[in-house]
Amino acid sequence: MESLTLSDVEQKYYSDLFVYCDTDNTKKVASYGRVLDLFRAAQLPSEVVIQITELCGATRLGHFGRSQFYIALKLIAIAQSGLPLRVESLNSVKDLPLPRFVVGKNEAEARHVALYQDPDSQGLYPASAAALIPRPPGRGHQNKKVPPSASAHPVHEAVQPTAPSIETQQAEPTSPVVSPHQSPPTSPPSWRKHKRQHSGGNADRQPVVAPTGAVWTQFREQQTATVAGDGLWSSHSPPLPGQESWVSFTADTPPASTVPGAHPSSVQESTTIRTTVASGATAMSNEIQRQSSGYDDPWKITDEQRQYYINQFKTIQPDLTGFIPGSAAKEFFTKSKLPILELSHIWELSDFDKDGALTLDEFCAAFHLVVARKNGYDLPEKLPESLMPKLIDLDDSAEVPEPTADVVFSASPAEVTPNKSPSMPSLNQAWPEMNQSNEDTAIVHPVPIRMTPSKIHMQEMELKRTGSDHNHPTSPLLAKPPDASEEVKLPATMKFVPANAAGDGYSSSDSFTSDQEPVARQRSQSGASPEALKVAAPPPPPPRPHASHSRSSSLDMNRNFAAASAAGQPQPAAIAFPPAVPPRPLPTQSSVPHTGQRAEPEGATGAGAPLSATSPQQIPQQPNFADFSHFQAFAASEQPSSLPEVDKHSDPGQGDKTSEGAGPLRTVKSDGQADERTTTTVNSTKGSSGPLAPPPKPIRRRLKSEDELRPEDEQHGPQKPNIIAAALATQPSIPRSVGKDKKAIQASIRRNKETNTVLARLNSELQQQLKDLLEERISLEVQLEQLRPFSHL
Amino acid sequence: MPHCHVITQPAHRKETKMAVCIAVIAKENYPLYIRSVPTQNELKFHYTVHTSLDVVEEKISAAGKSLGDQRELYLGLLYPTEDYKVYGYVTNSKVKFVIVVDSSNTSLRDNEIRSMFRKLHNSFTDVMCNPFHTPGNPIQSKAFDEIVSGMMAPSA
Repeated sequence: MESLTLSDVEQKYYSDLFVYCDTDNTKKVASYGRVLDLFRAAQLPSEVVIQITELCGATRLGHFGRSQFYIALKLIAIAQSGLPLRVESLNSVKDLPLPRFVVGKNEAEARHVALYQDPDSQGLYPASAAALIPRPPGRGHQNKKVPPSASAHPVHEAVQPTAPSIETQQAEPTSPVVSPHQSPPTSPPSWRKHKRQHSGGNADRQPVVAPTGAVWTQFREQQTATVAGDGLWSSHSPPLPGQESWVSFTADTPPASTVPGAHPSSVQESTTIRTTVASGATAMSNEIQRQSSGYDDPWKITDEQRQYYINQFKTIQPDLTGFIPGSAAKEFFTKSKLPILELSHIWELSDFDKDGALTLDEFCAAFHLVVARKNGYDLPEKLPESLMPKLIDLDDSAEVPEPTADVVFSASPAEVTPNKSPSMPSLNQAWPEMNQSNEDTAIVHPVPIRMTPSKIHMQEMELKRTGSDHNHPTSPLLAKPPDASEEVKLPATMKFVPANAAGDGYSSSDSFTSDQEPVARQRSQSGASPEALKVAAPPPPPPRPHASHSRSSSLDMNRNFAAASAAGQPQPAAIAFPPAVPPRPLPTQSSVPHTGQRAEPEGATGAGAPLSATSPQQIPQQPNFADFSHFQAFAASEQPSSLPEVDKHSDPGQGDKTSEGAGPLRTVKSDGQADERTTTTVNSTKGSSGPLAPPPKPIRRRLKSEDELRPEDEQHGPQKPNIIAAALATQPSIPRSVGKDKKAIQASIRRNKETNTVLARLNSELQQQLKDLLEERISLEVQLEQLRPFSHL
Repeated sequence: MPHCHVITQPAHRKETKMAVCIAVIAKENYPLYIRSVPTQNELKFHYTVHTSLDVVEEKISAAGKSLGDQRELYLGLLYPTEDYKVYGYVTNSKVKFVIVVDSSNTSLRDNEIRSMFRKLHNSFTDVMCNPFHTPGNPIQSKAFDEIVSGMMAPSA
């Protein structure tokens, strides 16, 4: 035999075929039977086949070695091209198209190709068509498009009217739907796939024939239409078989039960059957070329398939640029009899923009997946590139590479095809935008730094604050601060001292709630005071800026505040029950002495007049404040014991709210412990001096949570006595200016009110701190538990 | 590789959002989806989630009363227990999400929890958009599973 020179394509093709025939896996000899099948599939007259066999030397050798096989293939190609069989022509014929095998390979395919001109996989297509029209053995009837154009090949008649072919197909028991063979030029996987599909298609074919026929007819017509296209043999991924299954699908036939594993068998099947006619060798060659080179994606949709899908789409939604609503799609795909779970998965994969509707591309992808699934292919985990919605055109070339298979949000807009309406991104984008905005806002809040010694706590609060979400619908917080500052103006009744002095201590914020600026915070404090007002009710002049807190406890706070503010408002003059907040450091220096003074008179139960006399300062108005009394006790060496008494009384003499407020407050706060008093005292002194402001806080906190937070507050503890001492030290002897009377009284009333409010605020702040600390404690305990050597194990 | 949502939390990030249990509860208070890191008895988590529903209800009713229709979806920390903390989130259709986080994971910030809920909500709406999913049925969506896996602590 003369040597054979093969082009690369041919080489590949032939070797694939050889492998296919090499059932014994000898790598050297093609199984005779298989080879013969193959040759038969070539749809050549038997004498030609014999001749070829002879020529290639197999007859001589008795078997098909590789070279013989190749030669034979080449001869087949030659024969299919209509050239005379000559050994010499083996190498001389240039541009010989690859041999076509119907259902296997046959030149008929070539005819098909020519006839069909559909972008489908060459083999597949004819195969599938063949499936329907399997019958004509040796009859290149790919009726599909059997336009005379391909009639160049005398061997094949082809060009049968579609209808008859369909019927004839029915005769074919095993229509080899798509030639598994066909894909040799294409990657083996596709081959296998096709086979599978074919089998599936075959299985279905029978029952479906009639309806299928109709479909096919339509299909074929399309084919004819596209004949001109030619050369478009796009990769044939499941297409044909798919078609088969489609047909069954739409016709409501049982799902294709492809024989997944039985490739070889299916191949056998197909080989025996297929005899579609392919015409148009040139087309075929082109196709083969294309296939071998371009086809590597098993999920690609062939043009024919796509056309089919499009038609189906039209039946549901005439407007190709419109959407198919989810319900309609559900109905449609339910007909495929796939399990709902799988359909659900398919939907997830194909609804790219997650809008609950399918565009044309999405629909095609979904349909394609359904088809594949019905043919036994497993659903991919993610949408294959070729099925991405952006693939609009029917080009078989690699589609625009999918930048990111994931990222629904970010990618979807980018990949949205022009068809997609802009609505698609909106939903998904809203979320990520929100995310980002949240992040940003998270950073926004200024976090005031507390000057209190509890830096650690502070920082933690800061953390919490920044971490908190600002999405409070009630973002009065953010809006409030500006207002808050204004509201600092005390209402007529209650002169809420801007508490610059007093507030300083607090302004640092005790991370009351997140996103509170210092002013706002003060505001919140005042707001908080309403909470304290649960006990007493000094009207917090400014409405609580924070309507909600990020922390869970915030809800309670909100409630409290809401309640409190409601209750607090009407308070102004009535400080019926003075908040338990000990006299917060009064803004004025004088407050201190006044405090002392006041305390004194307070101490003197019933000494209303003197009290008022002394009450030029506000402090006197808070006679019941523990600290005052205490203060008084210290400074004026009044009997400390009077303090509690004073507190108990609702300030008869003073008649001011502060005292009352102080009383209950005091009672509330105090557990009868001296600590409280000291705290309050300190607080009062604190009012006098800014620097002292912070100290009372921790002290107070300590006071409140003394029992529980002791361990944590130890750090603060030591400070307390110091502070107290300092406070005490600063206590000048309280001069009692007894004679001021009205003016003094009013002034003191005012001051007391202010102090009241401030203290109330402080109270609420501290309560907040308490909550935080409790939480901390819990977590610390947990950690401790975990760290402890597993003693309990 | 998840096909459409990727934002999984890589383990090396300094603050990985690690939930121990994530649950989606329907309006009628039966679980649509519940998944936990199967370290020990999962039943404990089921129980925790169930009890947390009470707190959720309470918060919903409280918030609803005060603010009317404008209600915060994120409920925040429902309650802390010895070992873990439970966070809640409710949608406008009264579907509740509950995330149980290990207490030792104190580095978890509130904002992170919120973003976890946001992601859950997004994927939940995606599941709802699927016409093949019947609302009220347990959620069987791979995409949703992937999102949840991304948020959960690696199974010990």
